[in-house]
Amino acid sequence: MNKQLLLGAEAIAQAALDAGISGVYAYPGTPSTEITEYIQKSPQARDPFVRSAWATNEKTAYEAALGMSFAGKRSLVCMKHVGLNVAADAFMNSSVTGIHGGLVIVVADDPSMHSSQNEQDSRVYGKFALIPVLEPANQQETYQITRYAFDLSEQTALPVLLRIPTRLSHSRAVVTKTETRPQNRLDPSKEKGKWILLPANARRNYQQLLEKQQELVLLSESSPYNKVKEGIGNKAVIAFGIGYNYTMEIISSYELQIPLLKISQYPLPEEKIKAFCNQYDDILIVEEGYPVYEELLKGYFGNRKFRGRLDGTLPRTGELSPALLAKALGLQTPEVKTIPAIVVPRPPMLCQGCGHRDLFDALNMAMESYPHKQVFGDIGCYTLGAMPPYSVISTCVDMGASITMAKGAADAGIRPAVCVIGDSTFTHSGMTGLLDAVNDRSPVTIIISDNDTTAMTGGQNSAGTGRFFDICKGLGVEEEHIRLIIPLKKNLDENRAILKEELDYEGVSVIISQRECVQTLKKQKKQCKKTSLLPE
Amino acid sequence: MQKNIIIAGVGGQGILTIASIIDLAAMNLGLHVKQAEVHGMSQRGGAVESHLRISTEEIYSDLIPLGKADLILSIEPMESLRYLPFLSPGGVIVTSTESYENIRNYPDKTGLLNHIRESASCLLIDAGAIATEAGNVKTYNVAMLGAAAPYTGMEATELEKAIATYFADKGEKIIATNLNAFRLGKDYAQK
Repeated sequence: MNKQLLLGAEAIAQAALDAGISGVYAYPGTPSTEITEYIQKSPQARDPFVRSAWATNEKTAYEAALGMSFAGKRSLVCMKHVGLNVAADAFMNSSVTGIHGGLVIVVADDPSMHSSQNEQDSRVYGKFALIPVLEPANQQETYQITRYAFDLSEQTALPVLLRIPTRLSHSRAVVTKTETRPQNRLDPSKEKGKWILLPANARRNYQQLLEKQQELVLLSESSPYNKVKEGIGNKAVIAFGIGYNYTMEIISSYELQIPLLKISQYPLPEEKIKAFCNQYDDILIVEEGYPVYEELLKGYFGNRKFRGRLDGTLPRTGELSPALLAKALGLQTPEVKTIPAIVVPRPPMLCQGCGHRDLFDALNMAMESYPHKQVFGDIGCYTLGAMPPYSVISTCVDMGASITMAKGAADAGIRPAVCVIGDSTFTHSGMTGLLDAVNDRSPVTIIISDNDTTAMTGGQNSAGTGRFFDICKGLGVEEEHIRLIIPLKKNLDENRAILKEELDYEGVSVIISQRECVQTLKKQKKQCKKTSLLPE
Repeated sequence: MQKNIIIAGVGGQGILTIASIIDLAAMNLGLHVKQAEVHGMSQRGGAVESHLRISTEEIYSDLIPLGKADLILSIEPMESLRYLPFLSPGGVIVTSTESYENIRNYPDKTGLLNHIRESASCLLIDAGAIATEAGNVKTYNVAMLGAAAPYTGMEATELEKAIATYFADKGEKIIATNLNAFRLGKDYAQK
């Protein structure tokens, strides 16, 4: 079966398997989760074996991928854009060490912030680390470019960053696959010095990385993914990654003859860009994300022939669309129907029967008597507790921030200093913050809302399931202040009382609010029914 | 030939099943397909939609341009109106009449149905009743697909083949019930 309907994310996964990876490392995060899930389900990943279990966070994932590369085998590491902030230490230094077996890092950006706290553009990280960046436009190209990424990585001995936006990751098309190549054999790197970033080695490696840049530019010049589509007139477009699709949609539907340069491989092919730009007086720069290369081409003194997100020809924020492109090219768009006022928003909400709901009811009651009612929140379904009817969560910043922000607020004098963090977020980035609070004897109440899973991204395994009491005790929380509650309606009064006791305690307390996610429970019941393990 | 279809509903209603069946049929016919869908937080009981494009020519944008959808196929009446700016002047709305009221300020249903009738040529389908008649209430989304079949640009027999493939690992009985729902939906719409 060489033709398959695949999401962009799945096209990456299939291509990585066909490119001969020995492992994928990832922490779930929309819109990147489906890459790893595809490999976990693929029969092709069983023989020869491709390891694919979830990592505790993006940094541990990245380092394990680098270790596999050190051993000579190919590895894939996947994350959402903000995950790269977590992995950034390993990522930045891995461009200085370089790699041995091919290492491709896929970062799924989320312009328009469909499921994210910001819309940072990962191409900036690629430029920062001085490594090749690839940005495919469609699903078939995503497949091919992923295979190419592993070759490019082994050829340049550098990690390669592959960037996709939500719209490509979560859109399906027919993809034709090519033959599968074998995995690399175990062949540990013999270049010992390059992996030890002591200053003397690091300086030498960094110099070599800088010297490699010209080779990377030449590779971009000859890359089949950077190409010119000829046209007529003195206006032109440079479209990056998925920006090419929206541009081509307008070119084909309006039957335009506008010249177009498509860029999908970085660093920029300097000669190709220069030759193209010299021919035209008016060039629209189409980037999905930040105006990273528009800024570069425009220059400090603002060459006016370049238009794009910086001068308002395209909006500064949010994802692109065919309509935005038509407008930017000065075309008339048809009048469209409007949404009648009777239609009201339908925002996402916590599921019926969800344990977070019962926790929030108890917490709101326990907090009633305090003048300060803020609760530091974190990243997960329970962030929805910020909305009515609960309106209980006051902050949502980054993974693990609930504990450390509560600690800082407690240091400043806020009482009670209370936070809610999910089980998977706690193991991802909460444990170190808890240790800070313990060492400082900070009066904080940490509620781990444990639903046995990484729920918001679709129910992936959670790294600490069944061990939260032991983890907290091990980190030094006093045993009598690690309390377990079961968030159910019938336990409301008891839970309120336990919460109140710990809110009043002038030290570190942890409340583990433990009940399985209703979505994963439903899935499991279905699975059990299928295999007849459960009586009706 | 090019068909642009918005499939709309509420997270958890199974709009991706409909999309997958149309995708399969189009792929079997050797057509180009693009289908953008919503994953992540919005799936938790929020409004969700899928942009589905099929064509004999290469498709560029994963998103349907405004004013270019031939069909809005909605599993929920209010959701059918949310995507009106995408509907082409001659486009059709096929929607289920059964409302999914998980918000406090859900609008008056009669008013909603009137708005739908005024907005475009439309088919209002009691999908729940059809699915029950077909033998399983869970087949309501396939019943909706049946009702919308004439607007997909593909023969009903191709969609039926895709239904059989899609439910292949669920057994003969489930395939038969879904085919039944599809045909009943199609007949209902033709009346």
